[in-house]
Amino acid sequence: MTWLLAQGSGDRAFIRWRWIGGHLDDIWQQTVEHLTLTGIAVGVGLAVSLLLAVVALRWRRLYAPIAAAGGILYTIPSIAAFALLVPFFGFSYLTAEIALVSYTILILVRNIVTGIDGVPDEVLEAATGMGYTGPRRFVGIELPLALPVIIAGIRVATVTTVGLVTVTALIGQGGLGKFILDGFRRSIIFPTAIFVGTVGSVVLAVVLDALLLGLERLLAPWQRRVAG
Amino acid sequence: MIRLRGVSKLFHGSSAPAVADLSLDVPEGELVVLVGPSGCGKTTTLKMINRIVEPTSGTIEIGGRDAAAVPAPELRRGIGYVIQQIGLFPHRTIAENIATVPNLLGWDRRRVDARIEELVELMGLSPDMKHRYPSELSGGQRQRVGVARALAADPPVLLMDEPFGAVDPIVRTRLQDELSRLQDQLCKTIVFVTHDIDEAVRLGDRVAILNLGGRLEQYDTPAEVLRAPANAFVEQFLGKERGLKRLSLIPVTSLELVHGPVVDAGVSVDEAKRAMAVHGTEWVGVMDELRLRGWVWGADLSPDRRVGDHATRDFRVWIDAHASLREALDAIVNTRNQVAVVYDGDRYLGMLTVEQISAELLR
Repeated sequence: MTWLLAQGSGDRAFIRWRWIGGHLDDIWQQTVEHLTLTGIAVGVGLAVSLLLAVVALRWRRLYAPIAAAGGILYTIPSIAAFALLVPFFGFSYLTAEIALVSYTILILVRNIVTGIDGVPDEVLEAATGMGYTGPRRFVGIELPLALPVIIAGIRVATVTTVGLVTVTALIGQGGLGKFILDGFRRSIIFPTAIFVGTVGSVVLAVVLDALLLGLERLLAPWQRRVAG
Repeated sequence: MIRLRGVSKLFHGSSAPAVADLSLDVPEGELVVLVGPSGCGKTTTLKMINRIVEPTSGTIEIGGRDAAAVPAPELRRGIGYVIQQIGLFPHRTIAENIATVPNLLGWDRRRVDARIEELVELMGLSPDMKHRYPSELSGGQRQRVGVARALAADPPVLLMDEPFGAVDPIVRTRLQDELSRLQDQLCKTIVFVTHDIDEAVRLGDRVAILNLGGRLEQYDTPAEVLRAPANAFVEQFLGKERGLKRLSLIPVTSLELVHGPVVDAGVSVDEAKRAMAVHGTEWVGVMDELRLRGWVWGADLSPDRRVGDHATRDFRVWIDAHASLREALDAIVNTRNQVAVVYDGDRYLGMLTVEQISAELLR
């Protein structure tokens, strides 16, 4: 708490709103950067996971190894992941994204496989019995029915990624984490910047989560209506 | 017409075949019921027809074409398929569910829409249901949608796997009646699987009684199977009340009705007593032209009046000419006259006695 008391000199307030007012452009820019990093990570993660999930569903024996690999990636501390990747890819966007994508894989693969496994057998039998081919059934029946579970996975992956992106500031890849880092790096800790970075990232996570929930409602309208 | 020849199915990892060397012809436009205890291979047999299960050996011909020679998805689009759990697509509306096969076949939008309208009406579903999701419907409604979906592309062949097994008995009876009516109208070639012999007898033009391992024990019309079970297995499977089940299949009009101790209202008491003596009854029926007014105990007749001047008692139970012998028997045991009075609309047709019915059973 000493840094709090140290604020006595100069600007007295804990949060200096004037500073925030003067940095709106930068805050906006970093928010966009944060969103971009998150969006690419979740998007690429989803594409990779879909591929892995299809492989795991097709060759059931591969599911355990795929899930295990995803699990190992997930357990690597994010800072360690950057440390491992920097020697190969430098302090680059690519380093940031590789790490971020790998954190989404476990959640997404698991939710896609669970979602598709959850499609009732009788629905699959009816589809096959009416002349659906395998790929058409997957796209037309299985994926849409798994959608709520898949989107639940995307929500968790997105919220996690938004949090992780703050860490990518360590390798110079912006986002709102940059403010947190700035706040700590000054000779006297600067709470306002830390506040901006933290609150900004939390708000971003909450908003994205709500938007995805809205998307689920929109894409899976059948879930809400029940006989009665 | 569906022709099974020496069809067998040995499932991977099991020692005994589920179906062994089964040959069966399903005539065009008939409803054939495969019935038997669980493990008799009836569902496996059904699923081999649309190749959900591939036969280990033997051939299946549908409408003269070898089913194995057609790509399975193409084959299935030409065969309606209804299963017990229905398997409606929860994420699609009723209209979209019904449109499944037409869409797979690439029909244009207008034709699909017109077909949906037609089927919604045929199945007695309300038009506002089209835009609901399956979860918003009752079990009976879902089952009707399942049948509508199977009929959508107007396939000549329909496969039904215990379609009414999951609904309550009242709804089941209604769905069975609807299917019978539908079949009278559409004349599809239907293979219907059930474990319920009553359902089989009620619906089938023919029933195939299968024993464990898909052994065909008897294949005939329900009336014939009930009249003359081929062996002890069939007899045991038919269960109790075999005679009553059979009676429910025979229409009243297939027997020669007797006019009975019935006289015109204008005749004398003497004449009425003669009619009673001929039939050995202690009562006499009174006619007004074509209508049967009622009946009078012989002991109540006073000799100085005409028959029609006496107060008559009503025949409490009348049965329609379309009724079955089982209904006639029910009428007989529920009335004092010990006869079933048969009407065709307003016209008195005649009477049936227990003796006639039991004579028919022994025939």
